[in-house]
Amino acid sequence: MIELQDATKRVGNVIHIKPTSLTLQIGHFNVLLGATGSGKTSLIKMMAGLDPIASGKVLMDGQDVTRLNTQKRQISLVHQFFVNYPHMTVFDNIASPLRVAGMANSEVEGRVEEAADLLQLRPMLHRRPHELSGGQQQRTALARAIAKESRAVFLDEPLANLDYKLREELREQLPDLFAGRGAVVVYATSEPEEALLLGGYTALMEDGRVTQFGPTADIYRNPDNIAAARVFSDPPINVAHITVSGAQAQLEGGGGWPVVDITDGEYMVAVRPHRVTPFRTSDADVELTGRVIVTELSGSDSSAHFQHGDDAWVSLAAGVHPYQVGEDHSFYLNPAHCRYFSQDGKRVA
Amino acid sequence: MRTENQKAWFFVLPVLALVAFNALVPMMTVVNYSVQETFGNNQFFWEGLGWFEQILRSDRFQAALGRQFLFTFLILLIEVPLGIIVALSMPRKGFWVPVCLVLMALPMLIPWNVVGSMWNIFTLPKIGLLGYFLNDVLGINYDMTQQPLSAWITVVVMDVWHWTSLVVLLCYAGLVSIPDAYYQAAKIDGASPWSVFRYIQLPKMKTVLTIAILLRFMDSFNIYTEPFVLTGGGPGNSTTLLSIDLVKIALGQFDLGPAAAMSLIYFAITLLVSWLFYTLMTKDDAE
Repeated sequence: MIELQDATKRVGNVIHIKPTSLTLQIGHFNVLLGATGSGKTSLIKMMAGLDPIASGKVLMDGQDVTRLNTQKRQISLVHQFFVNYPHMTVFDNIASPLRVAGMANSEVEGRVEEAADLLQLRPMLHRRPHELSGGQQQRTALARAIAKESRAVFLDEPLANLDYKLREELREQLPDLFAGRGAVVVYATSEPEEALLLGGYTALMEDGRVTQFGPTADIYRNPDNIAAARVFSDPPINVAHITVSGAQAQLEGGGGWPVVDITDGEYMVAVRPHRVTPFRTSDADVELTGRVIVTELSGSDSSAHFQHGDDAWVSLAAGVHPYQVGEDHSFYLNPAHCRYFSQDGKRVA
Repeated sequence: MRTENQKAWFFVLPVLALVAFNALVPMMTVVNYSVQETFGNNQFFWEGLGWFEQILRSDRFQAALGRQFLFTFLILLIEVPLGIIVALSMPRKGFWVPVCLVLMALPMLIPWNVVGSMWNIFTLPKIGLLGYFLNDVLGINYDMTQQPLSAWITVVVMDVWHWTSLVVLLCYAGLVSIPDAYYQAAKIDGASPWSVFRYIQLPKMKTVLTIAILLRFMDSFNIYTEPFVLTGGGPGNSTTLLSIDLVKIALGQFDLGPAAAMSLIYFAITLLVSWLFYTLMTKDDAE
C-alpha cells in the first residue's frame, strides 16, 4: 500500500504537484490518467523517491518513507524509453538489481529465469539489448522489475513507444504478470482506453492535481466533474446546456424530460454518444431532431454528428445506419444515462 | 540500362575530379619522387625501392618514429582519462554549462603556431612566468631549451593543455545524450557511482570516445607546428618528432626522394594504426 498525505512537489517557485492525498492498494492496477504535463511522472517520482517532496508525507505499508532513500524503498520503475544496460546481456540486465542487493548466484539464476519465462525472454537471455526488438527490450525492463520483487512497481507509459500490435499484446499480459506478486502497481498513461482495459483503479490527473480517484468503471459511469466526464469517450461525450425549472429539464434546441433533485437554474447535461441512438431504446427516450453534419462508419458502428439548436451532438450506434448528410434525422436520448453538472463543471446529479 | 549508367558517371565526375585534384595527384607526385633520385633541371634517375629501404634501416628514422610513438602514447594516456574526468565533472544543466563549454573551447580556438609561441615564452627560464617560477621560486632546475626531459614535459603538457578539451567536449556530448531514465534506474537499483560509470556512462560514451581517440591519435601522430615552434625539435634531436624530421629532410636537406619515401611510410603507419585502433574499439559491437 502506498499512501500520499497532502504531498506536494515544487521546483523553484513552480508547484508541480498540488497537495495530493491518495491511497494506492495492492492487487489491482492503479492507473494515473492524464494528458502530457498533468503531473503523472512527477507523482511517480515522488512516490519512488527520485524527487524530493516539498511538503506532506509518503507512506509505504504504513511506514513513513518521505525521507527514505530511493533504493531503500524497494521499488521498480519502467519507463517509456527502453532503459537497459547497453553492454550487459538480457540475463545480466534482469539480474542487476539482485546482484547489487548481494543475492546469492543460485537464487539470482532462479529469479531471472522465472521472470524471463513469464515474459518469453528465455531464448534471448544471452543477447544484448541492441540485438532485441523494442518489445523485447521493454519486456527485459519489465522482467527486471518482476525479478526484483519490489514492494511497488511504477510503469510510466511503458507501452508508449511500442507499435500498435505489440502494445495490445503486452497490455493484455500486464495484469497477469503482476497478479499475486504483492506489489502496488502504478501505471501512468495518457490514453483513457488503456485505463478502461486495465481495469482496477484510476486517478484522473489534471494540472498537477488528482481530480478524481476510484474504481475505473465508477469514474466512467459517475464522473465527479465535467472534465472527468470528458476523459473517457471516443467520440467525445455530448455536453449541452439545459434549463431546469419545476423538475423539468429543457434543452435549448427543443426536447425536455423530468428530472429529480435538481434545483431550478442553468446546467450542463453530459451523455455518452452511445446513449443517443437513431432508434428508441426505452419509453422514456426523448426525441431530438437535428441536421446530420458528418457521419462515420468504423467497422460495425456508425456515428453521426448532428446539430440540435446551438448544440453539436454525436450519436453512436451499433450497425450500419443510412444517414443523409444535410438532412434532418431523429435521435433518441435516454435520460436515465444523463449526468448533470453546474455551470462551473461540478456534478449535481 | 545504358543511359542510366552513363548518367551515374556524370554525377560521380565532380567528386572524382575533386578527389583527384586534392588527393590523388599530390599523392602520385609523392610516389613519383619516392622511387627516383632527382637533381636540378628536372632530371630524374630511377631508384626503385632504394629510398624506402634506406629510410626504414636508418637509425635516425627509427629514433624519430620511437619518439613519435612515445609522444602519442603519453598524450593519449593523459588526455583520454583526463578528458573523461573533466567531462564527468562538468554540470549538465544550468547557468554554468555555457561558461564551461566556452572555457573548454578556448584552447582549441588558438592558432597552433600561437600555442607554440605562447608556451615558448611562458616556459623560458628567466623570462617566462612558469620558467621563472620553477627555477627562481621553487628552485627546480628546469630549462626546456637545454634539458631533453624538460623539453619533453613541456611538449606533452602543451599538447594536453591544447587538446584535452576536444576529448572533454566529445565525451560531454556523449554524456548529455544519456536520458535521465538511466540514472534513475541506477539510483533505484542502488548502483554505486563506479557502476554508473562502468555500465551506463562508459558504454554510452563509447562511440564518441572512439572518435576522440582516433582524432587525437591522428593529430598527435602528425603533429608539427606546436613542438616545432616551441623547441624546434631540440635540444639536440630530443623532441624531433617524425613530421619535424621529415621537414628537415625535405626542405632542410632538400632530399626529395628520401623525404617522399618517408612521407609514404609515415602515411602508411598512421593509416595502419588508425585501422587497428578502430577495429579493436568497435570489435564488441560486431560480435
